[in-house]
Amino acid sequence: MITVITQAIRFGIVFLYGSTGEILIEKSGHLNLGIPGIMCLGGVGGCMGAYWTYQAGAPAFLVVLVAVLMAMLFGGLGGLLYGVFTITMRCNQNVTGLSLTTFGAGILGFWGTQMGEKEIMFAPASRYAFTPSLFFGNSTPDNWFTTIFMSHGVLVYLGILFAVIVYLILNLTRTGLSLRAVGENPAAADAAGIPVIRYKYVSCVIGAAISGVGGAFYLLDCTRGSLEYMIDAMGWLAVALVIFSLWRPNISIFGSFIFGFLYILPRYIEGVGLAEKELLKVIPYAVTALVLIVISFFNKKETQPPAALGLPYFREDR
Amino acid sequence: MGNNLAIEMVNITKAFGTKVVANKHVNMDLREGEILAVLGENGSGKTTLMNMIAGIYTPDSGKIIVRGEEVVIKSPIDAFRYHIGMIHQHFKLVDLFTAADNILLGERMPDDYGHGPKFFRWLRFNHLSRNRVKDLQKTVDRYGFGLDLSRKIYDMSVSEKQTVEIIKVLYRGADILILDEPTAVLTPQEIDKLFAVLRKMRNEGKSIIIITHKLNEVMAISDRVCVLRKGEHIATVETAKTTEKELTDMMVGQKIDLNINRTGPVQPLPRLMVRDMSVVNKEGRTVVDHVSFDVCGGEILGIAGISGNGQKELLEGIAGLQPKAGGDVIFRNPKRDKPVTFYHKDLKKIRAMAAEGFFHYPDGECVDLRGKKDKEVIRLVNGEQLLFYEDEIIDLKDKTPREIQELGIKLSFVPEDRLNMGLVGNMSIVDNMMLRSYRKSRSVFVNRKRPKQLADDIIRDLEVVTPSDMVPVRRLSGGNVQKVLVGREISSSPKVLMAAYPVRGLDINSSYTIYNLLNIQKRKNVAVVYVGEDLDVLLALCDRILVLCGGRVSGIVDARHITKEELGLMMTKVPDIVPSYTYEGLQKEAEDNG
Repeated sequence: MITVITQAIRFGIVFLYGSTGEILIEKSGHLNLGIPGIMCLGGVGGCMGAYWTYQAGAPAFLVVLVAVLMAMLFGGLGGLLYGVFTITMRCNQNVTGLSLTTFGAGILGFWGTQMGEKEIMFAPASRYAFTPSLFFGNSTPDNWFTTIFMSHGVLVYLGILFAVIVYLILNLTRTGLSLRAVGENPAAADAAGIPVIRYKYVSCVIGAAISGVGGAFYLLDCTRGSLEYMIDAMGWLAVALVIFSLWRPNISIFGSFIFGFLYILPRYIEGVGLAEKELLKVIPYAVTALVLIVISFFNKKETQPPAALGLPYFREDR
Repeated sequence: MGNNLAIEMVNITKAFGTKVVANKHVNMDLREGEILAVLGENGSGKTTLMNMIAGIYTPDSGKIIVRGEEVVIKSPIDAFRYHIGMIHQHFKLVDLFTAADNILLGERMPDDYGHGPKFFRWLRFNHLSRNRVKDLQKTVDRYGFGLDLSRKIYDMSVSEKQTVEIIKVLYRGADILILDEPTAVLTPQEIDKLFAVLRKMRNEGKSIIIITHKLNEVMAISDRVCVLRKGEHIATVETAKTTEKELTDMMVGQKIDLNINRTGPVQPLPRLMVRDMSVVNKEGRTVVDHVSFDVCGGEILGIAGISGNGQKELLEGIAGLQPKAGGDVIFRNPKRDKPVTFYHKDLKKIRAMAAEGFFHYPDGECVDLRGKKDKEVIRLVNGEQLLFYEDEIIDLKDKTPREIQELGIKLSFVPEDRLNMGLVGNMSIVDNMMLRSYRKSRSVFVNRKRPKQLADDIIRDLEVVTPSDMVPVRRLSGGNVQKVLVGREISSSPKVLMAAYPVRGLDINSSYTIYNLLNIQKRKNVAVVYVGEDLDVLLALCDRILVLCGGRVSGIVDARHITKEELGLMMTKVPDIVPSYTYEGLQKEAEDNG
């Protein structure tokens, strides 16, 4: 059981990165369905960074740092691409996002093939840089509490930190207030003198950068450098988590653990066939649908998505 | 009143795309400490012109001079810099935020405010502004706005939202205020309150522009009037030196007949009978409360009331679009029978039939036999071949909206946002016509021929201004969209026509076109329900007026013999004795006229 919970948290963090980024983007009124693709791009960047710095014999913290920065750079570039299309050119957000997903997955596949013997190449880097416990080094005391909460790599805590920071910025600062106004009613925000376009770009790029780290984390930590598992599936769950957590990063932290648990559960259930295990993977989506049904009963304005979500904004629109 | 100019606009031109020119070489000036009314019909370019001062649009050519200095206003931020604030017709407020958050939104904080180095200013915590909210609340209380700033916008009434907008621009230090049709959504009492506030602000030295197309308001509030017509500046005159008539002439460019031609009711027999109908809205509030009335064929029944008193829900309830909480709606569908020839010996039979339906001569003229003496009945029918229309009684309780429509009960509802209901913005006029008729076709492929004919008829008859009938409806101006919407409903030859706010936001000429259309329907024995905002129009157009107050009927009155004041009183309070002017009265009226 302890293993399951530990794994649940670890996998949940992947969703958390994705959903924190997506929440930040959606709060600016943009529905970015390119999150799975952006996570792929982040994965490429992260692996590249980790591999190069490891080859160069850099110390552990530098490997982690460069990998994270590269993942953010790649993810951020994906977000910038999305922003240029949907903010400046006002393309359809869904179409742009979906094509970005296809694009990102393609890049990851291409790069993975190019790398050749991938597992050998950067799996050591990941073991070296990501798994060591932050608190105890290699001599982790063996009790349930430390195993569940303190045996993870540094990126798990960074993910939670990101979520908390995004939550604080959104809800406590004036910048957050302005950003939420942009997502709720861009015309009102514009009339109030908020630079709407700048806010949209910044949130799209930063949100994508955060999501990108999720991709790198998944490849380097969860799968130990293997490209066999698809990131896109994780990306879709991250988008579902946004809805599950009602566009709130604080709920998203706990939601991600639940999603991680539901995602990992089928692997640990004994005596179930492969086909049934595949079927069990729908549980997170089913739970999201359930949440949507429940909130629709309450019909409270506060639990709704940002009012201007998915709508392009053009000041001189008639 | 000073004579220094606050704003001067010289030779301003603005076009949208290549075809729509909103402003052509417009000159306008605003003096310090005056209230200037900008008057014009729909689509005359008032709002576009003002949006250029507020930084929403930028002019294609021309100069804007603020306090003697030529400026370029690229964005609302620039406008704030020149102390210009605009209160838009559709409020620019974030529903989910409190009033205080909306007022403080986007405010530039002074550099010395908050903690830490300049670089981290964007991180400044919002709760630091709570003290400012308290200060703000004090100011609001002092001016007597009577508004709790911690309430959320979605809980507020329209008038309260407007107050928030005004406080917002004042708080930003604006001393040039632009109000875009501020009275359109207010009750008469709220309008008086708003005007008092505006006068107070003028006396404190603020310069105010108010956009409107209501002449009485222009006369009541403004110092000068600037008249626009079709994007061009016609004249700017002192209000005290002009008359409503003169302004109207300038505004429309031609003399218009202010009398609505009202004919007597035609064969008024109950067509739609509403009994004890109630509607409960999503929030669980009873918005229509045990309403009972009849609508007769050949009359126009007006529905008066301050907006939001159940008019919309009542009509939607009848049309089946809102679930009814109780009550019945009975529709008497006139069904044509075989032609019959009567002789005087059939008198008893004729009497019995007349109670069930009504007669027509083959040429279409009605024969009303009710309440007539035997002798007269015989004179009218003896030896004549008559068409008998028997009423088919239909309970609308279990009918779907579509079935109700197919029975000939048409609802043409013009909401504030005209494109939201009834028309598809991205489709052309022709395709929008087809939305109502495509089901009748049996072919797999659509046939555009007849809808196109219909669209062209509407464009011609209602003078819809459009480059062609294939232009997406959303590219038309509001008034033209409305003409298309109403025209389509009327073209389907309804038996009951419910028109809610069909002239909302329309200019005078188009309004008359619509009144005329409704009158033609009335002459065709259609039961017309007209929900309107302008009491003068209701009094001049309708035969009877149903007054709603808080979802209850505060009376059904004879539109020919009631005063505006009496109506206004009924709109604000349900009287102890609810007057009820039934259709029998109408029949008498019809006889007197006939």
